Amino acid sequence: MEKLYKFLKYTFIILWTVFIVAPFLWAISTSFKDFQSVNSKVTYIPWLDFEPTLEGWRVLVKSPARGGVDIVEPYFNSLFVTCTASLISIVLGTLAAYALSRFTFKAGFVRNNDITFFFISQRIMPPIVLSIPFFIFLSTIGLLDSLIGLVVVYIVLLMPIAVWIMVDFFNRVPKELDETALIDGCNPYQAFYKVVLPNSIPGLIVAGMFCIIFGWIDFFFAFILTFTEVQLLPVKVVALNSSITPWWSLSASALISVAPLIIVAFIVERYLSKGNLSGALK
Amino acid sequence: MNLIGENITYKPDDQFHLNNVSFNFKKGNLYTILGRTLSGKTTFLKTIAGLLNPNSGNLSFEDNDFIKIPVWERNVAMVYQQFINYPHLNVYENIIFPLKQRKISEDQIKKDVEEALKTVGLVGFENRKIQELSGGQQQRVALARSLAKKAKILLLDEPLVNLDYKLREQLREEFKRIFTQGLSEDTILIYSTTDPQEVMELNGEVIVLDEGKVLQKGPAKEIFENPRTLKVAEISNDPPMNILKGTKNSEKLSFENILINSPSHFKNLSDQGYNFGIRASEIKLDDQGEEFEIELAEISGSETLLHLKKGESKVIALIEEVMNFKIHEKVKIKFNENKLYAFDQNEELVSSPYGVSHG
Repeated sequence: MEKLYKFLKYTFIILWTVFIVAPFLWAISTSFKDFQSVNSKVTYIPWLDFEPTLEGWRVLVKSPARGGVDIVEPYFNSLFVTCTASLISIVLGTLAAYALSRFTFKAGFVRNNDITFFFISQRIMPPIVLSIPFFIFLSTIGLLDSLIGLVVVYIVLLMPIAVWIMVDFFNRVPKELDETALIDGCNPYQAFYKVVLPNSIPGLIVAGMFCIIFGWIDFFFAFILTFTEVQLLPVKVVALNSSITPWWSLSASALISVAPLIIVAFIVERYLSKGNLSGALK
Repeated sequence: MNLIGENITYKPDDQFHLNNVSFNFKKGNLYTILGRTLSGKTTFLKTIAGLLNPNSGNLSFEDNDFIKIPVWERNVAMVYQQFINYPHLNVYENIIFPLKQRKISEDQIKKDVEEALKTVGLVGFENRKIQELSGGQQQRVALARSLAKKAKILLLDEPLVNLDYKLREQLREEFKRIFTQGLSEDTILIYSTTDPQEVMELNGEVIVLDEGKVLQKGPAKEIFENPRTLKVAEISNDPPMNILKGTKNSEKLSFENILINSPSHFKNLSDQGYNFGIRASEIKLDDQGEEFEIELAEISGSETLLHLKKGESKVIALIEEVMNFKIHEKVKIKFNENKLYAFDQNEELVSSPYGVSHG
C-alpha cells in the first residue's frame, strides 16, 4: 500500500513536471531553429536533427531599420512600468490596509468593510468596461501613449490586490502587538514601521509578487493605451506574429518574457515552501 | 502622588465596560482586579495605560492629568494574557526595545536587562528567537521587558491564564517572589485575574469588578471573609460559593426539608428568609448527614469535586482526597454550620462567620 502510494505520487509528479517543462523545452529548441527546421519535419535535438542558429535571438535586438524587431526598449518599458506601479501600489496599499485594519472609519453608512470592498470592486469589472474611461481619462490629461500614463493605470489595477492581501494579513496580526509597541514608548508611526512592518514581510512579499505578475502579464491595457511612442513587451511580442509566423523569434521573446517571473517565483518559493507566509506571528 | 481615578466611565456602545469606577492606588503596593471574563478588567488596565480614553471621569498620576498624556509618554508597562513579544526580535532585543525608545545609555541598558533576565530566570536565553520559546518562557520575556523598563505603573492582564496548570502554579510562585522582592518602592503594580486563588496568594488590595462596576474593595483577607454581596461571594470563590434559599426559625435553619442548628453567629438575625452561603470546602461527607444525589464527580489534582442535588437545591462539595463515585449514587453530607454566611433578600451580607466589619 505504502509502495503503491509512493509509486502513484511520483508518477503524478513526473507527469506534471513534463506537462510544465515540455513547453519550455519546445520553446528553447524552437528559438534556435531557422525557417527550414521548423517547417520541413518534426525535429528535436540540435546538431543531430537540425543545425542550431541564433537568428531568432538576433532579430530581437536588431533595429527595425536593419530588419529586426528590437524588443529591448519595450522590455525596459515593461520593467519600469511594472516595478514602479507595483512599488507605489505596495506602499500606498500597505498604508491603506493598515489604516483599514486598525482604525474605525465612519462616514454615513460607510464602514471599514465597505472601503475594503470598494478597493476590491475595482477588479470586479471586466477590463473592456474600464478601457474606454481609462482612454478618455488619459487623453484628457495628456498621458495617452506615455509611460507615466501606464503607471497610473496599473496602480489602479494593482493597488486593490495589495490592499486586499495586506488587510487580511494585518487582521491576523494581533492588535496587542501594536498596543505593546505604544506602551513601550513608540508613537503610532514608530509602532507601524518599527514593529508592524518588520513582522509583515511575508505579506509584503506575497502582495508584491501578485502585483508584479499581474502588471507584467497585462496585454489589454498596454495594447489599448499605447500606439507608437511607447510599447510594452506583451504588445511587442504579439506584434511579432505577421503573415509568416516567425516561430524562432517568437519563442525567444516568449522565453525572455517569462524570465523575470521565473526569477520572482524562485525568490518567493523559499517563503512558500517554508509555510511561513501567514504563520509568522503565531 | 498617587494614581487616582474618579468616576471613570467607558461606554463605547450600549453596554458599560467601566461604570463609574473610582480608585486611589498608592506607590509600592500591589492591587489585584478580580472579576469574571468580560467584567471590564482589561478595559480597566487599558484605560490606565492610555490605550482607551474613558467617556467621562478623571485619571491623574503624580498630580498630572493622565488622560491628556498619550500612551507612549505615560511610562507604564503591560503584560498581556496572550504572550505578546516582538516576533522579529530575539529575547535580548525584545527586552531592550522599550529602553532604546527612551534613549537610555548603553551601560545602563546592559545592567537593566541582565537584572531583568536574572529575575525571570532566563539568563542564557538572550539570543533565542521568540518562536523557539515555550509559552511560559514567552511570558517571562514579556515580564522581563516590563520589569527592565522600570515603569512606575506595571499592569498585568491575566498573565497566567493561557498557561497549562503546572506552569501556572510554578510561575505564580515566582511572580509572588518577584513582586515582593524585585519591585521598587515607587511602582504601582496592578494585576488582573479571574482566579480567586491567585488573588488570595498575591495577598494585595483587591478590587472586585463585575459588569464594569466595582462591587467591593479591600484587602484580600477581607474579601474572603466578608464578601459584601452574593455576587462577590460567587466571584471570589472557586468553585463559587454554594447558595441555598432558606429560612431561620429561632434555633433552626431550614432549607429543602433539611433542618440544621443555627450557628452562634446567626443569633442576632431575625427570623425570616435568607440566602445562606457555604463554601464547597465546608461541606463534608458524613454518615449522619443529609442524603444528596451525585450529578457529577470530577477529580482535579488531589481533590474531588462533587456536584450534588437534592430537590431543587444544588451544591458543590470539595472533598480533599481522590475518591471514585458513580453518577446518581447517593451520598450523605454535612454542612459546617459554623462557616455559614447569611445574605438577605437584597443579596447583601448580613452575617458572616468572621463577623461583619462594615455596616
